[in-house]
Amino acid sequence: MAADHGLGQHQATLASADPESAEWLRTLGGAGAEREAAVERLHAILLRVAGNEVRRRAPRLRLSGPELDDVAHQAAADALLAITAKLDQFRGESRFTTWAYKFAVLEVSAKLGRHFWRDPGVPLEVEDWERLPDRFGLDPAERSEGRDLLDALHRAVDEELTERQRRIFVAIVLEGVPSDAVAVELGTNRNAIYKAMFDARRKLRDALVARGYLDIGTARRS
Amino acid sequence: MNGWDELDRFLSTDPRDVGCDKALDLLHVYVELVARHPDDARRRYPGIAAHLRACGPCSEDFEGLLAAVSDTI
Repeated sequence: MAADHGLGQHQATLASADPESAEWLRTLGGAGAEREAAVERLHAILLRVAGNEVRRRAPRLRLSGPELDDVAHQAAADALLAITAKLDQFRGESRFTTWAYKFAVLEVSAKLGRHFWRDPGVPLEVEDWERLPDRFGLDPAERSEGRDLLDALHRAVDEELTERQRRIFVAIVLEGVPSDAVAVELGTNRNAIYKAMFDARRKLRDALVARGYLDIGTARRS
Repeated sequence: MNGWDELDRFLSTDPRDVGCDKALDLLHVYVELVARHPDDARRRYPGIAAHLRACGPCSEDFEGLLAAVSDTI
């Protein structure tokens, strides 16, 4: 039975985990005041990790202090819920706290992705291909030398990518929308967005190679 | 790195790249190994290392988790 299997796995993990991790599993998997104390202690740790993570990312965000605190508190609360619901999924491959920190960091990521759409900061309805050189940090001399390559890249985006790949490319590369925010907008997840971009990047490279840009650096210098 | 190198890097794909789901699934294991033995981590998990070089969001999560564990390892 699934429940028995899970319990057996939990016992096996308890046996293989380091003493501190085993203690976390024992107390969080227990009951009463001891469990409540462990939950409270874990929440305090998650709040510290989420707060540090939000502050680490803050310079690249358009969020104020109270909004950052709000994200940290929500991330810590949701991470705590996820961890206590998934205790039997901890496999003892790392310390328990490292596994738990991951939930807090990923919750911060997810919440900031959703937050993007409250104030995108850039108009997204217009495709501005003049932004392309900026996205790759090309200086004016490089732009002038490589105009034909940039045009070829634009053509390849139009001709080689599927509509979905093109939409994702434009959002991420031209408009600078974070991948997690694109995933929210399209109702999918980060992995699906990455896969679409991975395939798009491969197609674009193949197209540029086929059109004579065997090596981008060499093509520029020749 | 100039702008053309950046474009070249962007268009490059590594067949070892495991994608976001698998990288995030093992991120806690990988981070602890990186904190202790960075070269071993890249050798043992080349697919995760390749993914983190190419995926900005996962790399950001990795850096955040590494910062969190670095205080305690």
